[in-house]
This record gives sequence, structure tokens and C-alpha cells, in this order.
Amino acid sequence: MNSLALATQNLTKHFDHFVAVDAVSFSVRRGEIFGLLGPNGAGKTTTIRMLLGLLAPTAGSGAVLGFDIVREAEEIRQRVGYVSQKFSLYPDLTVAENFDFYGGVYGVPRDARAQRRAATLAQVGLRGQEPMRVSNLAGGSRQRLALACALTHQPEFLFLDEPTAGVDPLSRRVLWDLLYDLAARGTSILVTTHYMDEAENCHRLAFIYRGRIVAEGTPAEMKTRQMLGEVVEIECDRADAALTALRAARLFDEVALYGTLIHAIGDDAAQKLAPARALLHAQGIAVASAGVVLPSLEDVFIARLRRASET
Amino acid sequence: MNSRLVSIIRKEFIHIIRDPRTLAIMFVIPIIQLILLGYAATTDIRRLNTAVYDADHTSSSRQLTEAYRASDYFAIRYYVQSEEELARLLDGGQARAAIIIPAGYADNLAKGAPAQVAVIIDGSDPAVASTAFAAAQSVGQAHSIQIIQQRLGIDVTKIGGIEVRPRVWYNPELRSSNYMIPAVMGMILQFLTQLFTALAIVREREQGTIEQLVVTPIKAWELVVGKVVPYIGIAFFDLLEVLFLGVLLFDVPIRGSILLLLTLSLLFLLTTLGLGLFVSSVARTQQEAMFLSFLVMLPAIFLAGFFFPLEAMPAWLQAISYFVPLRYMLIILRGIILKGIGFGSLTEPVIALAILGPLIFTAASLRFRKSLE
Repeated sequence: MNSLALATQNLTKHFDHFVAVDAVSFSVRRGEIFGLLGPNGAGKTTTIRMLLGLLAPTAGSGAVLGFDIVREAEEIRQRVGYVSQKFSLYPDLTVAENFDFYGGVYGVPRDARAQRRAATLAQVGLRGQEPMRVSNLAGGSRQRLALACALTHQPEFLFLDEPTAGVDPLSRRVLWDLLYDLAARGTSILVTTHYMDEAENCHRLAFIYRGRIVAEGTPAEMKTRQMLGEVVEIECDRADAALTALRAARLFDEVALYGTLIHAIGDDAAQKLAPARALLHAQGIAVASAGVVLPSLEDVFIARLRRASET
Repeated sequence: MNSRLVSIIRKEFIHIIRDPRTLAIMFVIPIIQLILLGYAATTDIRRLNTAVYDADHTSSSRQLTEAYRASDYFAIRYYVQSEEELARLLDGGQARAAIIIPAGYADNLAKGAPAQVAVIIDGSDPAVASTAFAAAQSVGQAHSIQIIQQRLGIDVTKIGGIEVRPRVWYNPELRSSNYMIPAVMGMILQFLTQLFTALAIVREREQGTIEQLVVTPIKAWELVVGKVVPYIGIAFFDLLEVLFLGVLLFDVPIRGSILLLLTLSLLFLLTTLGLGLFVSSVARTQQEAMFLSFLVMLPAIFLAGFFFPLEAMPAWLQAISYFVPLRYMLIILRGIILKGIGFGSLTEPVIALAILGPLIFTAASLRFRKSLE
């Protein structure tokens, strides 16, 4: 079997006249955590739904674990786990009942279930909560349980659709530790998110925007090879006014607030440091520091989106 | 045993048990419907409120009034002194029938001239009116014969003539509860299985769990069967509950085999579960499912001959009724319970259900599978 756990070629989905996913090609290696990063409505969920056989592609093809996503969806479903955007658990069932239900559904042998349950719930930090009704669980715990349920049958591939939306930081940490753990043991993972800091956790990632992949690579590659232009970081007072002034001057392609700092993106940024300082000085804004910095994923993302919407 | 199916059935049972209010509703609904329809939806006309205007004031006229009262169809509640008063009572609905005995009634009888009596019936409710109409005539005729006999001093039964002896089979006392209660069972079977199947599936859609189920190896038929099995159990329990209460409260005779009844009910359930499945594939919320279920149920009840005989309906409605599964189930229920007939006399409805059941269920399953995408 080849080392690719997932591969798509020009995967496309049209809804009436709206193109949700447009000729998307990417691949995930075995034991890799692959992130699909993009704003809401970019086509992340549609892509996952096609990969799981929930939606038929309009064009293109794809394979998960070597099985065709259209013809062999049954084979895929037996071998993958899926944590959807919504908490797809039964609120009136207990933690244990939810877990056991999926165990039965995936055909986990009866005598293996108790042991599997203890181990998996311990993994996600829900040990001892077995008799709790899901309706009484906090959001983070629910999402951990949803993950546990997706792991009942020890899948070779795990799909997570926005697993951390609305989840507390501790649960997010637990979740990511677990994903690393799973990946280290050979599980391949596809995760969608719109959190930049989370994207840094992925082994490789792709930016998806308006149904198209606009950049792909490791987080490090993204910040170097995939970056368009350079980033100037400016620390100054009255950041709002500085932002307006810099945008009006059209000195840079893109100017954005980055916390209390300003990130300005453009070609030959180093040449533009002096004019920028002068400009802000003329507005009576005191500049504490200004210099070219390594781009963050967010910078790359914004630069890429800008380029994509121009074309 | 299929572990996926078992898991779904077990889960569904837990859902039901964890929701005691709905569970209670499922057991109480049949009782309420039975009592309401058993007592209230009766077309037995008894003790109709009646006003009497006796302008004759003789013992003969009083005898006639007494004859009407004794018939049990008329309860004499008002004695009035004018036709205007009579009209007022009928207008106001206090009286549904009125008897007018004109002055000279006794004299005419004595002279041997025809003595006329008027009976006025409120025809707003045709069912009540037609019964009252027939009763008014037959009471009058019987009383008339009695008077003639007295005058002639003979016994008419000894001089020949035709004697019609109608005999009513299956329900000799013509109690409408005997007719209604088997029908209530049919309605409850459909109501529970159709509505709750639809609700159970739509709830999964609302919760977003259906998407999770679809990406598991569960097959569509396993999901459907697993979801409906618990409701079939409850429907059977309700069936027996209604049967038991019917016997206890309404003396419904059970003449046929209960086992046959339950077996043929399964055939019927295939159609109602199919309808539930269909509703679930159309409705997006539980409210919609509820409304849609009632939308399906209401015409079905009328087209099945629940209240009114199908024979009395226009031909085009009768034609539609052939596609209503409940129609056949009511024939089966009434046939087995009231007539005590066996499988041999039920081939027609059984064949109809055997065709409709798989047809509806397959069509609904296909639609349902499509709706999952």
C-alpha cells in the first residue's frame, strides 16, 4: 500500500450554480496531521463530506486509505473516524452509553468494549465521568467525548471538522496532545480550522479560499516560500490612526492590526520603512519601533487571500 | 446477531425511557382516545330531548305520549301550551324533537276517523334525525295497531300477515362502541408508529447526530428498523391496552384470534412506519413532523371508514380510499374482533396490505436515503 493516506485530484462540487469546491487536489501522508485552513464558507466542510461519501463530487476523484470515495464509501466508513462541527452526541445518554453505542455500531467485539472504553476515555481525560449525562457536560468535555466516540474502532484515519470551535483552551490542549499522540502511532488526521494558532500545530496545511487551495506546505514553508512580499511590524501609539494613515497612503499592499501592533505587507518592505516612519511622524504618531519581521501564518493567509481575490 | 442493529435498538429504548413524559403520553393517549371515542363519538340515538304540545288533554293523548316515552328514543322534557313555545324550544336547541297532538285526537279515535299526530324533528344532524324519524314512525304504528286491536277485540298476530323479524348479527344491540373501539385500535397503531418514528428520526437530524450515523457503517435499513422496533413494541402494548379496556369498559366482544390480529397488525405497521419514514424525510423540525403526521392522519381516518361508511361516499373518494392502509386494517380489526372471522375471510384486506406495505416502505426508504445526502 502506498504511503498516502488520502489523495484527491481536482475534487469539485457544484451546488446549483454555486461552486463550493473547485478542483481541489491535495494529499495526506500516513501518520500526518494535515490542516485545512480557511474562512467559513471556503469549502472545508464540503470537502470533508465528499471524502466521507456524504456528498457525491460533481467532478474529480479522491481516495481515502486507498479506497475510492465514490465507489468504496462503505470500506472507508468502516476505517475512519469523524468528529463533526456540531457535537453529535445524544444528550439524554450517559458518557458510557454514547461510547458503547458507537462501539456497537462499529462492531467492536462485545468482550473488548469495556476495556476499550476505559482506555479511550482515559486518553481524552473523561475517566470517571461514565455515568454522567452528556447534557450535563461542559462544551469541552463534550467535544472530547465526541473524539473518543470517533476513536472506538481505532480508525486509521481521523477527520475533524472545526473540532475546537467554542472549546475552552484546556480542552483544546488536551485535544491537540491526543492528536499528536495518535499521529505518532500512525493515525492520519485531517483537521479543518479557522484558528491560525492551531494551524501551526499541523504537520502540513493548505489554505482554502472560495473553494480553491491557494497555498500548501508545512507551517515553516508557508511563512517562507509561500509568502508574497515581506512583513513590516510597527509598534506605535494610536494604532487605529496609524492604520488609517498607512492604508490611505497605499504604501503597502495590505495593512492590518496584529494585536496592538501593525503588520504591513508588501514587496521590498525594507525600502518602505523610512517613508512609513515619515508618514506616521507627519500625522503626529510616535513610532516606538519598525522593522521587517518573519511573517506569521496569519500574514501569509491574508496575503494569499488578497492575491486570490484579485485574480 | 447484527451488532449495529442491536446497538440502535438499545439506544432507542434508552431515549424512550429517559423521556418519561413522552412515555406517559404514549400510554395515556390510547386511554383518552378510547374513552372519548367510545363514549362521545357514539351515534346511538337515545333519549332525545322532546317537547310535547298536547292540545287534546285526554287519556288517549296521554297514552300516546307515554308510548313515545317508553320507546327510550324520546325523553319528554317539556310540556308546552302553544306551537310558538314549541318552535322556540326547537330553535333554541333545547328540544330536538316535538310531538303535537291536536285537539280532537281522542274524538277522532272514538269516531273511527284517522287521528293525526305531528312529530317535528330537528334535521340539523342527519344521523340523529334519521334515527328519530324511523323511531317516530315505528312507535306511532305500533301504538296505532294496539288501538285497532283494542277496538276490534282481536289479536292481529293470529290473523296472518307478514311478520318481519330482523336479526342483527355481530353487534345485536347496535352499540356504536363495538364499532368504534376496534377502529380506535387501528388509529392508535397508525398514530403512534407513524408520529413517533418520524419524531425519533427528525430529532436526530435536529441534533446533528444523523450525520454522524451516516458516516458509520450503519446501513439505512438498520437505522430504520432499529428505530422503529421499540415503537412497534409500544404499539402492541397499546393495542392490548385498548383491547383490555374495551372489554372492561364497553363490553366489546372479542370473537376472533388475538394472535392473528397481532400478526396482521405487523403487516399494517409496515405501511405506517413507512409513512413515518416519509414524514421524517420531508420534515426538518419535530414541529413540522408533527404537523405533517396529522396532515397524513386526518384524511386517512375519514377515508378508512372510521366514522362514516365508505359505501356512502362519492365514487372518486372511494377510489382514493383504496390507497389508505388504515381502511384495510379496520376491516381486519372489526372482522376479527366483532365477527370472529379467520384468515380465510380476510384475504382481500391482507393482500391489499401485502402490496401497499412493501410499496410504501420501499418508496419511503429510498426517499429517506436520499434525504441523508
